[in-house]
Amino acid sequence: MDVNQYLEIFLDETKEHLQNLNTRILELEQDAENMDTINEIFRAAHSLKGMAGTMGYKRMQNLTHDMENVFSEVRNGTIKVQPEMIDILFKCLDALEEYTDNIQNNADEGTNDNAPIIKQLNDIINSKNSGGAAPAAAPAEEKKEEKEEATSTSKWYDIALDNHQITVLEEAKKEGKKIYGINVLIQESCLLKAARAFLVFKAIEEKGEIIVSDPSAQDVEDEKFDRDFTLIVVSDANFDDIKKVISNVSEIEAVTGEDLVLEKTKNYQPGDAAPAVVAAQTSEKKAAAPAAKTEKKQAPGKPIVNRTVRVDIEKLDSLMNLVSELIIAKNSLVATSTQNESGNSSAFNEQVEYLETVTTNLHESVMKVRMVPIESVVNKFPRMIRDLAKNLDKKMELYMSGEETELDRTVVDEIGDPLMHLLRNAADHGLEASEVRVQRGKPEVGSIFLDAYQDGNNVVIEVRDDGNGIDVNAVRAKIIERNLVSEEQAQALSDKEVIDYLFHPGFSTAKKITDVSGRGVGLDVVRSKIESLSGEVEVKSKLGEGSTWTIRLPLTLAIIQSLMVIIGGEKYAISLGSIQTIEDIAPSEVKKVENKEVINLRGSVIPLIRLNEILDIESKNASDDNLIVVIVKKGDQMAGLVVDELIGQQEIVIKSLGKYIKQPKFISGATILGDGEIALILDANALM
Amino acid sequence: MDQLSTMNAISLANEEGKTNVETIQYIVIRLGDEQFGIDIKYIDNIVRMQNITRVPKVQDYLLGVINLRGEVIPVMSLRRKMNLADDEFTKATRIIILKLENQGNVGVIVDEVKEVVTLAVDEIDKVQHKNGESANFVSGVGKHENELISILDLGTLASEDGAQ
Repeated sequence: MDVNQYLEIFLDETKEHLQNLNTRILELEQDAENMDTINEIFRAAHSLKGMAGTMGYKRMQNLTHDMENVFSEVRNGTIKVQPEMIDILFKCLDALEEYTDNIQNNADEGTNDNAPIIKQLNDIINSKNSGGAAPAAAPAEEKKEEKEEATSTSKWYDIALDNHQITVLEEAKKEGKKIYGINVLIQESCLLKAARAFLVFKAIEEKGEIIVSDPSAQDVEDEKFDRDFTLIVVSDANFDDIKKVISNVSEIEAVTGEDLVLEKTKNYQPGDAAPAVVAAQTSEKKAAAPAAKTEKKQAPGKPIVNRTVRVDIEKLDSLMNLVSELIIAKNSLVATSTQNESGNSSAFNEQVEYLETVTTNLHESVMKVRMVPIESVVNKFPRMIRDLAKNLDKKMELYMSGEETELDRTVVDEIGDPLMHLLRNAADHGLEASEVRVQRGKPEVGSIFLDAYQDGNNVVIEVRDDGNGIDVNAVRAKIIERNLVSEEQAQALSDKEVIDYLFHPGFSTAKKITDVSGRGVGLDVVRSKIESLSGEVEVKSKLGEGSTWTIRLPLTLAIIQSLMVIIGGEKYAISLGSIQTIEDIAPSEVKKVENKEVINLRGSVIPLIRLNEILDIESKNASDDNLIVVIVKKGDQMAGLVVDELIGQQEIVIKSLGKYIKQPKFISGATILGDGEIALILDANALM
Repeated sequence: MDQLSTMNAISLANEEGKTNVETIQYIVIRLGDEQFGIDIKYIDNIVRMQNITRVPKVQDYLLGVINLRGEVIPVMSLRRKMNLADDEFTKATRIIILKLENQGNVGVIVDEVKEVVTLAVDEIDKVQHKNGESANFVSGVGKHENELISILDLGTLASEDGAQ
């Protein structure tokens, strides 16, 4: 079989399974007896093994096989989950991840056999006699039952038939048709079980009629079944014919079946039974059916999968571009309709307004399509914190909230590394050693919080710890030691300015370099990454009580609300997000401090930035005119941007200036206005 | 890059002495009184002169950006890049949109677009590079109906600061 076409699906699914395993094994560490978790792990390991085997990755298959064996024993209750076992399992997952990475990069799993891990896994199995078997006796039985069920040759008698179905079957029998119970088992290696099942259904329908399917046809179509499904079929043909057409479908392992004896089926009541009996029976059936269903779902079940479609991000991008075009076209329509107000009928204006609503909604929907929950990024962190806790020999716990918060796909892909840096930082620098914590009267186990939530047009992600906080004086000493500024200057720096130095490249205050952090790379990377996503990062800290790192990201990167201004006859856009107020300032109110222009606005001194000077253009305003000052804010910092004229607020589509131009930092892109002209977008953050 | 392929083609043609020599189509443009040829495969589009939005603080030969059917395209002045007298925009002035492999699309301003010519690779003489200023932008000289056409080397032309 040519497996290359499946490689992408394989990689996607493997990653999903590995993530699932990571999460479950963490759960298992907390609650070693949870049968649901154990079953889930077993299933994931089993799926992984099957997939790796099909794709011909033998080493990966071997490793998962041994892992599955361990869980098989755990499930049977012959081994108990031990802390050491969890460690080995995690090592195992890391090895599997390595295989996956290799496959992704070189289309080959690599040559590492991971023999030590396999040996450890086998040791666990061999040590099973030492484990207590008592608490797990029941699950073991459960498993046996399941096995029996799987090998049962007359599964069709387990199907609960309803009245209608029984009537249909009886009718068919009267007409001299045959009724068959059929069980179809699909090969373990089959990748597209639902498609195979569909072909089986189609094949049977050529010969007869499917009355009942278990699991239901819908579930089969959604691949909510393990490897086999059972059908009750009415047909004129004899059984061998039907068996033949089913077997013609490829990747079918076995077809079993026989003539169905109606009286032997579950719930069978003759069709002419008294109404009272029917009523009783239906109610009984109703009670039985859901029970049977839930049972089914748990046994071979995969987690319930949302009905989703995987879409190439490029297709979404092109869709997004088209929507952007539409918004530009709409803006120009609006522009023309307002320009020659008198000549337009009210019907035209109505339609323009309608168009505006539709484009706005369309834009929102497309943006939503591109949004993914940050869950995919953050759910690897519990495992990371667990490993850090072991490495650093500190006790800590990660609490996460708001994993369902959604962000643009492009942002989510980039946010993982900065968050990882901050969490490592919190674990290593933030939290004190357990003994110190106890001395200080804090709980021995340190807490790290990762909270995400939406705040207006921003998404805020906070990393918080209840550790030591930032020792401002230690940082200040470090600044002096590094000769970054003179001692006098350093003493004059505010706490905030001192903390800001943490974001400088190559600045680390950790006393010793550990594997985890202390190399001074990290925080500067965090800041530059976040800023490249048009976001910002802040830190608040209280010595002895902990620190909070706040990342603020825009919801979308492609379309923003902006204020259009004119500077020296040229149009520019400023993102509305950073604008606080717009002020009318008389030239006499402009003061000079240290040779820089400032204004005093309601008690706070704000530096002025003459945009025409930065943009190398002559202002069209006379020097004694009042100044139009746009007050912008970045964190706690404020600045006043002097512009010539205001045009108004507008929704703009951000476009890149093209790869050829290396634009200055304060220009974040360009946008196309309603009249087809281009306006550049000023990044207020970069101006400050 | 086109210089390379042209040269390879020449050497191939010379070595094998084939009769059906490879031909390349060039768009002939005018800058001042000189004629230049641009390999047609690098040309995405030719548009009339339009408003160019200035981008501050970039190299002076980059005049700014234009809106080409909803896409923002940087535009540069060939004259400034080649240290010729500054552009004078007339009715004949055109912007040629080039598609470059690694730098995306970029527009260049020319005085006039004249015609499309087909030149056989052996009709193009390779230029000996001297230390002259603008000579480096030219990879060869072709002859067409008694006129000389300098073949532009887009690789050098599009490189960030040109060859100096």
